[in-house]
Amino acid sequence: MTAVAVAGIGLFPFGRHDGITAHAMGAAALRGAMAEAGVGRGDFQAAFCATAYGGVASGHRVLGALGLTGTPIVDVEAGCASGGAALSLAAGAIRAGQYDTVLVVGIEKMGRGMIRSSFFEPWMEQAGLSAGPAYFALRAQRLMREQGVTKDDLAALVVKNRAAGVHNPDAMYRKPITTGEVLASRVVCEPLHLFMLCAPNEGAAAVVLRRADRCDPGTPRLAAAALRSHLPGSVLDESTPLAGIDDHAITPPTTLAAHDAFEEAGVGPDDLDVVECQDTDAGRELLVWSELGLCPPGGQGAVLAAGEFGVGGRLPVNPSGGLLSKGEPLGASALGQVVEVVRQLRGEAGARQCDGARVGLAHTIGRGANASVIIVVRPPPPVPS
Amino acid sequence: MTQPALPGPPALADGLFRLDAEDLTLLGGRSASSGLSHFPRQPVCPYTGADDVEAVDLPRTGRLWGWTAVTAAPPGYSGPIPYGLGVVELDDGLRVVGRITVAEVHDLDRLGVGAPMRVVADVVPGDDGRPRTVWAFAPVTTTTDAAVDVAAAAPGDAS
Repeated sequence: MTAVAVAGIGLFPFGRHDGITAHAMGAAALRGAMAEAGVGRGDFQAAFCATAYGGVASGHRVLGALGLTGTPIVDVEAGCASGGAALSLAAGAIRAGQYDTVLVVGIEKMGRGMIRSSFFEPWMEQAGLSAGPAYFALRAQRLMREQGVTKDDLAALVVKNRAAGVHNPDAMYRKPITTGEVLASRVVCEPLHLFMLCAPNEGAAAVVLRRADRCDPGTPRLAAAALRSHLPGSVLDESTPLAGIDDHAITPPTTLAAHDAFEEAGVGPDDLDVVECQDTDAGRELLVWSELGLCPPGGQGAVLAAGEFGVGGRLPVNPSGGLLSKGEPLGASALGQVVEVVRQLRGEAGARQCDGARVGLAHTIGRGANASVIIVVRPPPPVPS
Repeated sequence: MTQPALPGPPALADGLFRLDAEDLTLLGGRSASSGLSHFPRQPVCPYTGADDVEAVDLPRTGRLWGWTAVTAAPPGYSGPIPYGLGVVELDDGLRVVGRITVAEVHDLDRLGVGAPMRVVADVVPGDDGRPRTVWAFAPVTTTTDAAVDVAAAAPGDAS
């Protein structure tokens, strides 16, 4: 099967950008990625645009702004995993030999406060059942009940990610925070305080995927791009059902996607050098650790206490600062993670660099439910002949 | 919280529950082959896809499985703030999402996981601002309500 390389990355930093459309941000990120890859008009055969709120023909508006239309352009929506879904489709097309080079861009411009989603029927909104943070809170409570996570652990997770974000010039929040400050912020939905929740915001990220044999040998390889949806039955999964059953035997979508990705890449959790994962709220990241197999269920507190997943630790998780530092523009967030992983693999991450990183994983989970797990590896140096 | 007199205002949406003089009854489905119930009622079993769903009335009592207080109005909601939102495991094992009617929603310790709960009617503003009935769960309290006796007799710990 044709190997796929990440030939270029681009980012329009996540934050608040009044007066700039999501599509303009996407065009800027895409220009950056194309310049890195040395890809111009006529050098690619398709483009995928990830967005949940961008509207009709968002990809056409992004590429149209650059005079690049003419190829197939397809918008992809898969909630928080939209970027992972777009990347998965692009990679599959290259692997199948359909295309040599594909552009992938993720864009979003979201309002402030709680996210409104057409996912919910109007009556559910009127009943108060569309309160996203309440479901995050119920999930966090369950984590505390069943995996021994404490409220201090939730706060410590925020401290970890915000400490990393200090060193990311592209993050929205770049000031460190203390456990006390996190717990002093107002309660949104018990046990989640305001600073334990990521902020929906605006931004764009882009990736150029290309057949590896058209790239320099050292170019990072896309080793896996897995996408899964939920198996039915769990009342607290991101499909946000109105009812569910005993779910102890129901494998969550993150674990399904991770299994597929590890198998495709031929690596396991112990091989990872750096991870970017979904930290919509502090509880979400702690749950993801066990769902990805990074630590056993119930081991989160010990990992936090030992600093194992901080920058400089055994396995840095969210060295970019995560969504808690960057904010979450839905369609762009997964590709933003890939941008960070590629920077880490190239050794371009500055003060937050994970030394010698060779295998990186990017994970999202969200509405749908959709989960994506992407694995990128740095090829070993050529063996002298 | 004082529950509205039933049948009260019209239902917020069709097909979710039945209102009569005494009760609000959640309308579920049950697959003969999977033995599992679901809510709202679907044409096929949502867990297995089996095309053998029969209509069932869901149990009116259960145990609290988790809840939290929503402290800011989500988009499209114009009812009171704060309000409780949680999951109750009904006596048949089905975990159902709903509003939780408690007087002091900030104090989770006052209503713990495993507490006996019952299905009640609650009222919220509909899309036209007029009152509409929706299901909710209330703690079973020491009243003479028949539903309480049923809950008190329910065996097992759903937590």
